[in-house]
Amino acid sequence: MIQFLVHERSDNVGVATVDIKAGEVAKGLFMDTQAPVKVRALTAIPLGHKVGLRDLKMGDTVIKYGHDIGRVTATIQVGEHVHIHNLRTKRW
Amino acid sequence: MNTPKILGYRRENGRVGVRNHVVILPLDDLSNAACEAVANNIKGTLAIPHPYGWLQFGEDLALFFRTIIGAGANPNVAAVVVIGIEPEWTERVVSGIAQTGKPVKGFAIERHGDLQTIAEASRQAKEYLQRASELQRTECSLDELYISVKCGESDTTSGLASNPTVGNAIDKLVAMGATTSFGETSEITGAELVCKERAATPAVGEAFMKAWTAYNDLIVSHKTDDLSGSQPTQGNIRGGLTTIEEKAFGNLQKIGKQARYVGVLKPAEAPRGKGLWFMDTSSAAAEAVTLWAASGAVVHLFPTGQGNVIGNPILPVIKLSANPITCQTMSEHIDLDVSAILRGEMTLDQAGDKLLDLIVRTANGRLTAAEALGHREFVLTKLFISA
Repeated sequence: MIQFLVHERSDNVGVATVDIKAGEVAKGLFMDTQAPVKVRALTAIPLGHKVGLRDLKMGDTVIKYGHDIGRVTATIQVGEHVHIHNLRTKRW
Repeated sequence: MNTPKILGYRRENGRVGVRNHVVILPLDDLSNAACEAVANNIKGTLAIPHPYGWLQFGEDLALFFRTIIGAGANPNVAAVVVIGIEPEWTERVVSGIAQTGKPVKGFAIERHGDLQTIAEASRQAKEYLQRASELQRTECSLDELYISVKCGESDTTSGLASNPTVGNAIDKLVAMGATTSFGETSEITGAELVCKERAATPAVGEAFMKAWTAYNDLIVSHKTDDLSGSQPTQGNIRGGLTTIEEKAFGNLQKIGKQARYVGVLKPAEAPRGKGLWFMDTSSAAAEAVTLWAASGAVVHLFPTGQGNVIGNPILPVIKLSANPITCQTMSEHIDLDVSAILRGEMTLDQAGDKLLDLIVRTANGRLTAAEALGHREFVLTKLFISA
């Protein structure tokens, strides 16, 4: 059973479809290509929350749906929870 | 594709409704008490109280009349009793609704008082209710319906599954020749250029950008920080949504992959033909759904993540969710559980077909969860302060 989904191949975050525990190697799927992907969760990722699939530094852009959804405000490592503590809108 | 048949109410102007309400409609806040008294006297009629209708002006007043007249004119409504504090504006609402050809009569409270008004309006409401109770559903076609879409308390499951399910249904409905509408101007922020490209013509795309820019400029001129906590909402954030851009791309999944919007509507403005239309609306659920009810929509599709419980007095709101926690903990509010998509056990195409089937059943008379639970949120959009 999959534990996370990634909208598009170019996305650098996935979305947990179940609660993922810290340290767990989670199995995911790219929705556009149906290709499998795995990531070791560094932190707990609650259902619906995002997990980083690439190392990202301050100022980098987070890509989801193949599009820019905001800028990185604190370093993100592969497997880390991505949310309001390290991602912020470029708007408003 | 075969277009399903439904059993609806064909109104005097040829439009098809799926409910048969006799509405007791207040012109203004002061007339709510009399309307509620009439609805209490005549069981089975429906009062729609609201807090405005007094000393509004300009575009705000025009929107007010469009909304009140539009609610009464909706094909889900069989007949209307209008009660207002004074006769002139009451008559303006009556004559606006009368253009549909449906039975409508106005009563003014000034120089009569509440009690005489309630007595006379109750007699009229009784006659309308008995007349409406004899109207029969007749065979109509699904493509004759006008269906609106808007999501609420979204989370990332909305963008993954429940919104694309609505999008799948919209693509199929538009292909059949139905009339559909989406909006939520502010929640397209971040995806506005993608939305612009989905217009049927460059001119329509420019009209969308004009509406979006005006709304965004207003938000920017009034904001105190970065709207954190308002957009996305606290519920969105709890569900895993982080930024307005992320919310916007998830939101746009509701318009499917093929359909292109053919025009841009003002708030509460009726579509001028079939196909998909963009309406300039707030993203607040009850306000936006009320605007669609006023524009003549007869069924609304409402995907939710964290569990928005909205309903509307005259527009049945079908709720779907892909969040397994929401489907489990708030099951009484959810008409269609599509969480199987997240487990890889249901495709979007299958989910879209299930939703179409539920639209047909709802159109035939099945009450939605929101109707059964008595959710009747009727919230007017106010553009600016009163004079």
